[in-house]
Amino acid sequence: MSTIAPERGVPSPRILVTKPRRSDQFFRLVVTLGGLTSLLILGLILLFLAYRGIEVIRMEGFALITSSDWSVVEDESGNVVSQSYGLAAMLVGTILSASIAIAIGVPIAVLSALFLEFYAGKKIRGILVSLVDLMAAFPSILFGLWGFLIMMPSAEYWAKLLNKYFGWIPIFDVPAPVFTRSPFIAGVVLAIMIIPICTSISREVFSQTPLDRIQAAYALGATRLAMIRAVVIPFGRSGVVGGAMLGLGRAMGETVAVYTVLNIVYQVNWQMLFGAGGNIASLILLKIGEADREETNALMAAGLVLFVLTLVINSLANELVGRLGKTGR
Amino acid sequence: MGDNQNLGQEDSQSNPGEEKKEMKTSTTPRSLADVASNRTRKEPGTNPLGSGLEARGVHAWFGSKHALKDVTLDFAAGTVTSLIGPSGCGKSTFLRTLNRMHEFIPTAALAGEVLLGGKDIYASGTDVTKIRLRIGMVFQKPNPFPSMTIGQNVLSGLKLAQIKAPNTDDLLQECLERAGLWSEVKDRLNEHASALSGGQQQRLCIARSLAVRPEVLLMDEPCSALDPGSTFRIEETISHLAKTMTIVIVTHNMQQAARVSDYSAFLLSDGGPGELIESAPTSELFSRPRDKRTEDYVTGRFG
Repeated sequence: MSTIAPERGVPSPRILVTKPRRSDQFFRLVVTLGGLTSLLILGLILLFLAYRGIEVIRMEGFALITSSDWSVVEDESGNVVSQSYGLAAMLVGTILSASIAIAIGVPIAVLSALFLEFYAGKKIRGILVSLVDLMAAFPSILFGLWGFLIMMPSAEYWAKLLNKYFGWIPIFDVPAPVFTRSPFIAGVVLAIMIIPICTSISREVFSQTPLDRIQAAYALGATRLAMIRAVVIPFGRSGVVGGAMLGLGRAMGETVAVYTVLNIVYQVNWQMLFGAGGNIASLILLKIGEADREETNALMAAGLVLFVLTLVINSLANELVGRLGKTGR
Repeated sequence: MGDNQNLGQEDSQSNPGEEKKEMKTSTTPRSLADVASNRTRKEPGTNPLGSGLEARGVHAWFGSKHALKDVTLDFAAGTVTSLIGPSGCGKSTFLRTLNRMHEFIPTAALAGEVLLGGKDIYASGTDVTKIRLRIGMVFQKPNPFPSMTIGQNVLSGLKLAQIKAPNTDDLLQECLERAGLWSEVKDRLNEHASALSGGQQQRLCIARSLAVRPEVLLMDEPCSALDPGSTFRIEETISHLAKTMTIVIVTHNMQQAARVSDYSAFLLSDGGPGELIESAPTSELFSRPRDKRTEDYVTGRFG
């Protein structure tokens, strides 16, 4: 009010407020509660992980994420002689297998989404869309088993080929010819796991492309491919990134499938074709059964690290989506 | 006061790039026939530029719905033809059959022929994208590509159809000048198209369709989403363009039809498929309609 200088002959302005109706106020309360509940649960999990993990974090310091030694040595009477909790190997394994999953899965998902939306006939589209959605709901242990029993033998062959022809690139090199149970194979399984969700989201976004822009492109003599490149991709880009991030979240947090396929080795391994690695989630699964209280705390700290990693990557993705979203919408 | 209304007269035209600032300020109502007769109608064949378009017995369907029945209409090269009629009479559908945008709707079907330069655009083996390059289209709602800059928008047709142009800077300027937009945007070609006003966006869309050098331009109610000032500029643009190409315009605004077109066609649906009731030189259609239904419509008795 004070910012508006009173002028002669002009009535002083009134502040206009719309008082919400009672039903609106009630609904507002309901949705606020819903929103707060999810935040509260997330906060409590974070708090719990921090509370259980703080001791280990204090003890290990930065070594928690820089060292890759995870060992508990006990004497004969069961007293802990020495303990060391380092996550570096698992952290690298998490990022590596999730990145491979994204690199393989997202392009396939985008192409499938484009096919479903712009090329598939009406009947085929209906069938495929429900199939893809069904795949998204598939239990991950089945992917793990399938990956282990059926895909590994062939993926091993692809890995050998990659190594043979691209071995000069450091990430395709191997220190020893061990190609089974490698981060690469875990990444391929993860890729197949995330394809449905990425496809589903990408297709949804592509289908929102404004019709008038599509028509404008066609009316200018565009082929379907040219239209997709000029109109659909710019429009859907941010949505595709969003879908990829959901997939990445799933790939990083995936436990059972990775546990089934990967050989958990406490050694930092960037060479994706080499059969050693693991990820944080599968480490937790491996250790939780036999862990004493101290080691359980360490696993909670590991969980906290995974939580923070996911949070950081999601924030980065949000930033990216925000930037991409400015144009093409 | 009616001096500005004879936009179609060749001698009243200024350079395309030059901006007309004065607005139509006519206060006394003038009959449509007056407006129309104030134009100098172009006779077919007097203009060597562009190709004519002929619709022969065109029927159109959406699924089982018969939307358009037996329309035969000639669009002579270098003329402006307006399609008028109440909503749902099939005029937009007809327009979309003229550059094969009709088949964009999944269940769409068609009978009849549309001849461009004497060749049926629906003949088997015809490349649809090539047809649409020769017959451009401007839509009701301005639809520039928001991911592209103003300059990129104008040249987008070249990219979309993979046409290589030797000097795109000249083409860019030429198209924007012909669309009457150059002076407003020449310093902001790298801005995004969404920064323009609705009327400017529509002229940008016109410039965009000109860049691929079409012989025919179809306009589907190009001014219906615009204010009178922008409408005036677009009508001015249409008059300039008519010197070099054939234009077909769908409009709900009979004043507009009278102002911009050489020929007019009246379509009507009596609940069934839309039919062509009457087509004639615009001044005749508005002053001496042969059909009672045309007369009722143009005199504002219905529709």
